[in-house]
Amino acid sequence: MVPFGAYLVVFLIIPTLVVVIGAFGASPEDGGGATLENIRALGDRQVLDAFVFSISLSAASAIIGAVLGALLAYAVATAKPDGMLRRVVTSACAVLAQFGGVTLAFAFYATIGLTGFVTIYLADHFDANIYSGGVWLFELPGLTLVYTYFQIPLMLIVFLPALDGIRPQWREAAESLGGSTWQYWRLVGGPLLAPAFLGSTLLLFANAFSAYATAAALVSQGAPIVPLQIRNALTSEVLLGQENVGKALALGMVVVVAVVMWLYALLQRRTARWLG
Amino acid sequence: MNAARRRKQSLLRWFVLVPLGAFFLLPLYAMLEFTTRSADGRTAEVWTTLLDWRQIQEDYPELSAGVVYSLEQAALTAVLMLVLLVPTMVWVRLRLPWLRRPLEFLCLLPLTIPAIVLVVGLAPVYAWVTYFVGGSSLTLTFAYVVLVLPFAYRALDAGLAAIDVKTLSEAARSLGAGWGTVLWRVVLPNIRSAVLSAAFLSVALVLGEFTIAALLNRENLQVAINLLGKSSATISVAVSLVSLVLAFVLLFALSFVGGRRRSKETS
Amino acid sequence: MTAEAVADLRRDGVEVALAGLRRTFGTVHALDGLDLTLAPGELVALLGPSGCGKTTALRVLAGLEDADAGTVTVGGKDLTRVPANKRNMGMVFQAYSLFPHLTAVENVAFGLRLRKAGAAERRTRAAEALELVGLSAQADRYPHEMSGGQQQRVALARALAIRPAVLLLDEPLSALDAKVRVQLRDEIRRIQLEVGTTTLFVTHDQEEALAVADRVGVMRAGNLEQIASPEEVYARPATAFVAEFVGLSNRLPGVVAAGGTVEVLGQVLPLADADAAARGTAVTTYVRPEAVEVAVDSASPARVVAAAFLGSSSRVTVALPGGETILAQVPSAAVSELAPGTGVRVEFARTPVAVSPA
Repeated sequence: MVPFGAYLVVFLIIPTLVVVIGAFGASPEDGGGATLENIRALGDRQVLDAFVFSISLSAASAIIGAVLGALLAYAVATAKPDGMLRRVVTSACAVLAQFGGVTLAFAFYATIGLTGFVTIYLADHFDANIYSGGVWLFELPGLTLVYTYFQIPLMLIVFLPALDGIRPQWREAAESLGGSTWQYWRLVGGPLLAPAFLGSTLLLFANAFSAYATAAALVSQGAPIVPLQIRNALTSEVLLGQENVGKALALGMVVVVAVVMWLYALLQRRTARWLG
Repeated sequence: MNAARRRKQSLLRWFVLVPLGAFFLLPLYAMLEFTTRSADGRTAEVWTTLLDWRQIQEDYPELSAGVVYSLEQAALTAVLMLVLLVPTMVWVRLRLPWLRRPLEFLCLLPLTIPAIVLVVGLAPVYAWVTYFVGGSSLTLTFAYVVLVLPFAYRALDAGLAAIDVKTLSEAARSLGAGWGTVLWRVVLPNIRSAVLSAAFLSVALVLGEFTIAALLNRENLQVAINLLGKSSATISVAVSLVSLVLAFVLLFALSFVGGRRRSKETS
Repeated sequence: MTAEAVADLRRDGVEVALAGLRRTFGTVHALDGLDLTLAPGELVALLGPSGCGKTTALRVLAGLEDADAGTVTVGGKDLTRVPANKRNMGMVFQAYSLFPHLTAVENVAFGLRLRKAGAAERRTRAAEALELVGLSAQADRYPHEMSGGQQQRVALARALAIRPAVLLLDEPLSALDAKVRVQLRDEIRRIQLEVGTTTLFVTHDQEEALAVADRVGVMRAGNLEQIASPEEVYARPATAFVAEFVGLSNRLPGVVAAGGTVEVLGQVLPLADADAAARGTAVTTYVRPEAVEVAVDSASPARVVAAAFLGSSSRVTVALPGGETILAQVPSAAVSELAPGTGVRVEFARTPVAVSPA
């Protein structure tokens, strides 16, 4: 117990404290001491834009990922429990949900990048230049598309247990009481899965919001999302002494993610009670 | 469930799986296509290069270094995670049940703290680490163990919940076993599938990790791929494809390990 | 349980006929040409080991599964091709009966809601059904706040609220504690008699089946071995399987004698089925412990091996000179004289017995 506790303190608690305290600390040049300067810096035009962009990107990819992922989960849940389909899809999703980042960025370069397979195919066969309106791959639409690539698998992993928790007896009871398929989903299946679905969507949001690697690999200019802003602050690309602003940014991120996760935990309790 | 509904479900399943399957397989295919392009048609040059380890070490030293580091980090992380978590979790279950909630909270905390934020806080800690143990990329293991905690904890918790740790350990102790024996010979063999699951998940996560390694200026597979991408797109795309496929094979194999245990129980 | 509540939920029972049902899963014959008719208002218990097809039969009747061949007729109407949600049957499951996100009264009113009943009507009918099962106080509780027994009672109320043509009970008590099981089965029987719905009750517990049913159907491998009143199934088992499955049986070697009798251990007993086997055949005879009488007799070579006190009666194991052991049921008052080692004389009562070829 003790060694584990000590390990956690060093590598988890201290970093967290560093971020929290550092966010309120002034940089050495300004003499040190507590200050709200860094927090105020969060009101900067550039930073606010980044937060808005991050939230939009996370929300969009979360909702698309949730809907498509839920459909995929339904398809898997209704297949044979120990069959090939389920194994293949769950393993693939476990990989894609974790792997993200660099490998995905390159995958998308190869697919719809400027010299990507699909880009060239469309140009050759349909005379269509998908970038005629500008290079959108590195902006909101493009990033949303790339993000859904790991959001859908994550949704499957997180939502599938809830679907598995739906007992066949409920469907059969509804049927024998006279309900049609539509009535079952509207009155029983839907309400039962709603908390799980909402919770999973929230989780997807938090996941997208925290994502760093993918954007880092794709976006070469500027820092449209908050994690990239943090990188800039850390590596002092722009200004010196920006470290503590980075910490404030990090604190901002933690607050957003913590709120989302807290809501998720609340919804989880209901899901566990009904479908556990 | 009758035949008509089963048919309808089957149809819906294919209706969902085909488009989504295409969506997911397309980039993989595109990667393969990308890496086999050449001036006049197809070439497998990149792939033959990849298979020759010595050539990689020559031409792409950062890549080979990155691969080796990542593999070592993965192995070390898995081992360190097990060494830290298994005894702690067993101990909490047996002696300190009031710590169970706090422990669960702590282990799931890393999920709430984005890697990017953790890095910000880790920077000063790693200054110390470098001071004491040097700046090798292997020190990333310490941070990685924290990252894999949520997944490993959940897998091990499920495994420990399935066996009655209390009864098993009391039986062993009453027969004269010391705590080390209890852990090594009684508990571990019974949670084998959970341990493997936790280990595989850790390995998958470590191999795919980029954020912390990049921002702490260390080397690993993903950092190497990213770096390589700036100079040679084809090789990086090829390596990305390989790592994705290998990770899939790894986790696919894992699904059978868990499955075998299940069938044993029902027979 | 008020008179109005019962009166409102009562309905005239209908006849249910299952004819020639066949259902195969791969190489397994879940149903093998099953014929079963339930008289209006009757409660038939289907009894058998797992895999005998009793649950499949119930689910085919409910419409949750299709039979490969055969017909289902309820009240004269052929329902074989009718989907489950149009059959107007009430069903209680073994577990997970209730919808977890609805309160008890909402669960009970569910079927009424599907039938577009108005809010007031739903309220009154649901309240009546809950009163019928004695759970009016739990109306606003959620399933996870109720005990297993309470949940099953709510499930019963829900099934009865829609005034079904047939009531189907799929091992409703198997997941409950022993004491609750006994209480609840008597209640179910009482409610069923009051309301008068034709009922099919599936169970693997033979005591349960004997206690609640008008008739008991013992099933094995997809078909009925015997269907008769509980007393008859118990006292005159038609086949060896029924004799062994229902109640305890001693298996003793015997030889068929003249006039529909069998000779067992020097005594002659009447056969339950006079034509079971030809005269002179060596058979295994099934004798119930309560048909075995023991009396202390120090001169007899048979000896008491063990005596188990079971409360109201006791069971004594006796070793016979031929090497067999036999179980006898004795009143507990007599067991004090039958310590292990005591010599006893064994006699059989002249109740009919079942036999099977040895």
